[in-house]
Amino acid sequence: MQKKVFQLLVDNTSGVLSRISGLFSRRGYNIESITAGTTSNPKYTRITIVATGDEAILEQIEKQVGKLIDVRQIWELKPDSSVFRELILIKIKVKDDQRQAIVSVSDIFRAKIIDVDIDSMIIELTGNQSKIDAFLDLLGGYEILEIARTGIAGLRRGTGELVTID
Amino acid sequence: MLGADAMAKCLLEEQVKVVFGYPGVAICPFFNSMLSVDINRVLVRTEQNAAHMANGYARISGKVGVCVATSGPGATNLITGIATAYADSIPLVCITGQVDSGQLGSDVFQEADITGAVESFVKYSYLVKNVEDIPRIFKEAFHIASTGRKGPVLIDVPIDIQNAAISKFSYPAEVNLRTYKPTVSGHVVQIKKVIKAIGRAQRPIICVGGGVLLSEASENVRDFAHKYGIPVVSTLMGIGVMPTKDPLYFGMVGNNGKPYANRAMNESDLIIMIGARVADRAISQPDLIMDNTVLVHIDVDPAEIGKNVGPHIPLVGDINTIFEQIKKYEAECNCNEWVETLNGYKADAPVRKKPRSEYVDPAEFIRMLSEKLDDDAIYVADVGQNQMWSCGYHIVKAGRFLTSGGMGTMGYSIPAAIGARAAAPGRQIVAVCGDGSFQMSMMELATMQQHKLPIKTIIFHNGYLGLVREYQYNTYKGNYSVVDLSGSPDFGKLSSAYDVPFMKLENMDGADKLIDDFLGTDGPALMEVMIDPLDVVK
Repeated sequence: MQKKVFQLLVDNTSGVLSRISGLFSRRGYNIESITAGTTSNPKYTRITIVATGDEAILEQIEKQVGKLIDVRQIWELKPDSSVFRELILIKIKVKDDQRQAIVSVSDIFRAKIIDVDIDSMIIELTGNQSKIDAFLDLLGGYEILEIARTGIAGLRRGTGELVTID
Repeated sequence: MLGADAMAKCLLEEQVKVVFGYPGVAICPFFNSMLSVDINRVLVRTEQNAAHMANGYARISGKVGVCVATSGPGATNLITGIATAYADSIPLVCITGQVDSGQLGSDVFQEADITGAVESFVKYSYLVKNVEDIPRIFKEAFHIASTGRKGPVLIDVPIDIQNAAISKFSYPAEVNLRTYKPTVSGHVVQIKKVIKAIGRAQRPIICVGGGVLLSEASENVRDFAHKYGIPVVSTLMGIGVMPTKDPLYFGMVGNNGKPYANRAMNESDLIIMIGARVADRAISQPDLIMDNTVLVHIDVDPAEIGKNVGPHIPLVGDINTIFEQIKKYEAECNCNEWVETLNGYKADAPVRKKPRSEYVDPAEFIRMLSEKLDDDAIYVADVGQNQMWSCGYHIVKAGRFLTSGGMGTMGYSIPAAIGARAAAPGRQIVAVCGDGSFQMSMMELATMQQHKLPIKTIIFHNGYLGLVREYQYNTYKGNYSVVDLSGSPDFGKLSSAYDVPFMKLENMDGADKLIDDFLGTDGPALMEVMIDPLDVVK
């Protein structure tokens, strides 16, 4: 099993997301995460999909998704030439004597405390997946109540291979 | 001008000659507008057959077939027909009425989310939300259906949109789809590789699929085969690219194909797949072929290439365009010896076991029938044993062979024959089905009679769902479950109820004359052919 990050530029038609996710479910492809948002041109949506599978499956994903009428282009975001970010919100249970320690760990990771309650707090962290995983490891000793992750967004570095929007 | 008028006008702009459909309230504005345009309307007896008729029409005319249904059950009844067309890449535009757009999503009477329901069987679908979009959407739908890898496109039009006034009708001259641009020409570097591979091959073989017919490339592909003397086999969908008696043609491959065709594929050192999917029924073990063979895969759909088998030389583009390009190159290829070898395999092929003599031998019957057919006759086979016998023994001269390949939809032959008739009123058409598949679309005898269509329908009567019975015989040691067709009507009485002439053939005695009489009948005719209930495909 390999993991690949695909990025798509798609026409912002109604139902475009269901067309793409439907293709994954009916052909039995695995999605690890999917994020979508409009681009500088409201006619287009940029979608980032993290998919897993063997090489043949990943090649089929690229071809079958690329074939959808609404998909302008699909390309792989290769780790060495791309940047990835994910945002995570973590709600943990805290006693009074734990609060300061958590704030210190959060500072090291440049995470933000965005809500504090009597017995819990919510931390926001942005980063690539390994940073987020490392942070979660460090919080292993505390009781995590809820987690919300956005899935990854990414862009290719530089201006070499821009997919232009007309 | 109303939205419905605009829809009818769009069909005129696309030079649509006929629509197959079934009305209901939600599509009535459209059918009313159709009264003022010169386009034939055929009332089917169930919506699924409207899609099959459009399918038969598209395959013979080379144009987009159009079918129409109302909202709710009308639309959902179309789905099997749409899926059938999708599996065989047949270009259709399917128009459905929809409930008032203000009520969408509230489960009102005859509401069905048809664009959602057909998502996995269409190339694209539209739900029209603004009457002004109708010309653009129709233009795009016909373009998408008929270019690249062809397929069905659905347009769902709510009744209030059909009844809304459109401010200005202007049919776009060109489509402007930023995201859809199928490849047409083949890459020259790849073409040169193909030519080189031909020069090196000792035992090349061409395998043609339905894509050759869809691209109208049969003549170019035949010329290519003859130029280099390369033998040709076909998939189920590729039958008809080569005349059956062409000395370079070695029949259909696959589970139910000719053993010498499969042997040719396995022993070849260069396979040129053209417009074929390397599907499971054609090539059950693609890995076996790859060991010491160079595989060239030519297809318009890049996603088909490498899906089931990784080719050495992929070549993406429209097949006819590619073969126009290939013409300009030359290679040395001498495979006379290889063709001789294949002829030897063909001569040694086992002969099918004859059924009991009190019954008709379907293989011999089909051979006799097809010898008598016009050169350009259209032969439509249904699904089941009748289809497998048809593949094996029908002799294509210069005509066409239609059947539902990818989906294997029973009941396809009669409506597809009616659609074919609309595309080619001058040509002889026969529909061949079993007693199972006939009963799936026998209601269309009424459509045939209504329009006095001289389609000749043949029913192989064995009292069983024969292919499933054969499978249960082999897999479950003859424990038959739900395959007995007892209770079928008397087909002679049924025929006379529809006022369609009827003939019955009990055994091979007199077959010759009866077939002549049958084909000589004016208008529609039905022939019941009694075959051995225990007969098997091979």
